[in-house]
Order: sequence, then C-alpha cells, then structure tokens
Amino acid sequence: MGDQRAKRNEDKGQGVSPAREMPPPDDVSTVSLLRELVAHLRKNRTQLREEWARRITAAKLLGAMTSEEMFAEATSVYDNYVEVLETGAVEALQAYARDLSERIIPRGVETDEVVGIVLLLRDVLARSLFAKYQTDFQLLNRILDAYEPAANRIANTVAVGFVQERERIIRQQQEAIRELSTPVLQVRERLLILPIIGVIDSQRARQLTEQLLRGIRTNRAKVVVIDITGVAAMDATVANHLVQTVEASRLLGATVIVTGLSPEIAQTLVTIGVDLGKMNTVGDLQGGIEEAERLLGYKVAPFSEISQQPI
Amino acid sequence: MEVPILKQGLYLIASIQAALSDLDLVHLRDALAEKVGKFRARGVIVDVTVLDVMDSFASRTLRDLAHMTRLRGAETVIVGIQPEVAFAMVQLGLTLEGVDTALDLEEGLAFLDKKTKRHPSRG
Repeated sequence: MGDQRAKRNEDKGQGVSPAREMPPPDDVSTVSLLRELVAHLRKNRTQLREEWARRITAAKLLGAMTSEEMFAEATSVYDNYVEVLETGAVEALQAYARDLSERIIPRGVETDEVVGIVLLLRDVLARSLFAKYQTDFQLLNRILDAYEPAANRIANTVAVGFVQERERIIRQQQEAIRELSTPVLQVRERLLILPIIGVIDSQRARQLTEQLLRGIRTNRAKVVVIDITGVAAMDATVANHLVQTVEASRLLGATVIVTGLSPEIAQTLVTIGVDLGKMNTVGDLQGGIEEAERLLGYKVAPFSEISQQPI
Repeated sequence: MEVPILKQGLYLIASIQAALSDLDLVHLRDALAEKVGKFRARGVIVDVTVLDVMDSFASRTLRDLAHMTRLRGAETVIVGIQPEVAFAMVQLGLTLEGVDTALDLEEGLAFLDKKTKRHPSRG
C-alpha cells in the first residue's frame, strides 16, 4: 500500500509540474534557484511562520486546536515544507502528513482545513518571494517557476495523505462494525432473543440470518424475539431480508416476534408492502418476551400470588 | 428410491433417506394420501433432514401433500428443514404457505399431539 501511495503521488507530482520541462530554467539553475529560495525561507523562518499562524487564525482554521498546539504543528509543517522544497523528496512529507493526519483526525479537523492551511502557507511564502524579488522581475519569474511546481506537489501530497488516512480510518471502522458480534441469547428454554443494535447493511443482515437460523437449530428454539429498538432505520433491501428471515425461521418451526420497530422502519415495511399477516410484531422487548412466554405456555406471576393459591 | 413410511400410533412418518427425484416425490405424495385413509391416521410427518436442496417442484409437491392429507382427515407437518435450505427457499419465494413446519421429528410429534388434541401417543 505504501508503494502504491508513493507511486500515485509521483504521478500527481508530474501532473502539476510542467514547469520542470520548460526550456529556460535548466535543471542546474532550478536547483540553484531552489537553494537560494530555501536559504531565504530559513532566514525568515520565525517571521514567516508567525505570519502563517496569524493567517490561519484569521481564517478561523484549526479551531479544534489550542494556539500552542497550532503553533507547534505549524513550525513542524513549515520545517518539513522547506526541507521538501530543498531535497525534492516527498517521502518525508508523506510520512509526516500521515502522522499529522493520524493525530488531528480524531480531534475533528476537516479536510478543507488541512488543505486550507497548506495553501495559506504556499501563499505566505509566495508573497514573501514577491516582496524580496520585486525589483528584479526576471529573477522573480524564474524563482516562481522553480517554486510553484514544488509547492503544488507539497499541497497535493498533504491533501492526498490526509484523505487517504481518513479513508483508512473509515475502512477500519466498517471492519469493526462488521465484526461486532450479534449475540443470539437463550432467555428461557426454547426462547431466544436477538438484540440488534446499530446500522444493518446487507452483509450484516446475512450474517444475522445465518446466526439466527443456526441458533434456532442448536437451541431447539420455538420462539425467537428479534429486538430492533437499537436500529434507527433500514433500507428496503434489509427490511426485505428481515422478512425473509422471519419466514425461514418459520420453516424451521420457530415463531419470530419482532419488537421495537421505530416509526421509520415501520414506514419502510409498509412502503415495500410487507404482508403483515406473516410478521408478528410487538411494541417493545418486554411485550415481546411476554408474548413469547404466552406462546410457550409459561405463566409468570409474582411469588406472593402463587403461594396464596391452594396447591 | 422408495421412501419408507412408518406407522407410529395414529401418525404416519415418512423419513426421506436420500435425495429424491421428482417422480419419487410424486410417489411419496400418492402413497401417503392413500395410507392416511388405510391406517386412519390423524397426522403425517415428513422428515426432510437429509435434503440439502428443496426446489420449486419439491415444495409444491409437499404443499399439495399437506392439503391432500388434510382433506382426508390428517394434519401434515414437515420437519427437519436445514437452515441453509430454509433461507434459500425463502429467497426463491417457496415459503410452503399454509403448511406446518417443525424443527425435527420430536417437535413434529409434539406439534401433532397438540394439534390433534390427543394425549401423547405411545405405540
């Protein structure tokens, strides 16, 4: 994956740096110009960094961070930025961007903020170049020819790194949700409950069905209560799957009671035209268990009532 | 392949031993419908535990069987449908409408005892 990432950035880098192949600044002069540039940026480090931090605050970016944190990050990004300008090695910046993303994503920093601060830095540095070389337009032109592609490549790298890190986290979370176990619990002889919490996609629905049908067989269940209080909404595919699960359970000789349907889910079921005759639904889990006990022939009564009856 | 039909008290038990052809199924249906009258059976159990496929013909034949025996005075219950088979059937829309099902033979017997309002049959 690291290789892939590096390769993609390389491709992108070439895409945004046509200036490299432009005739006048040959490679030797570009390198020497960049060296001059870097020397200038190093010399004015403190001042430019402060200017950058000020611009970030003014643009109300990175609101999730304290000003000290922001300044520390800004310093480190600045140094990396200059280093990449000097060496042209994006690997260090990539690694840094990944590391940075790992730290700031959990704190709620958005993609536009990250892109925003990098573009601000690019702008701050460009302005300082304008200020320094304003007397010599020719030289400024050549300096910018050297600076722009490198700066674009850096902005690209950071943005891509951030988005990739974010996607990696999303994938990881999806994995975690998928692996969340869906317990099939026996609460009484022949009575199972299946509490479902969270988002159900079609893959999880399939997993649920498998576990439930297997659970019915191994526990020899007659009644199953599926509680979906913890499910806020489901799409038509999953709702259909639920209905199929109910029917498959019937083929195994078990009655299914569905409890805790939210208004949204009830609407979905009505919209897809579920035959409600086949679905046994009760308002809440308590009602569902009581109904199940009735079906199984249990009678639950307070101990005092039973002891008063003559035996 | 012939399916053995055992008489157990007031019930007939057809225990399928291997995958059946369509013709076998039709024979089973006809044999059970006939024996219900002959033995004056009150209930029929068809055990399909070994079947790992249940196609549209099989489920239609079983449904017909259940309706035929009901007309001749006996309740039919299908037992032992495997979980995978059950879900595949539902996805194909074969839900054995109006046919009773139970987990296994024991459950099927208990179900018939309850449904025919008899005391548990013993031999």
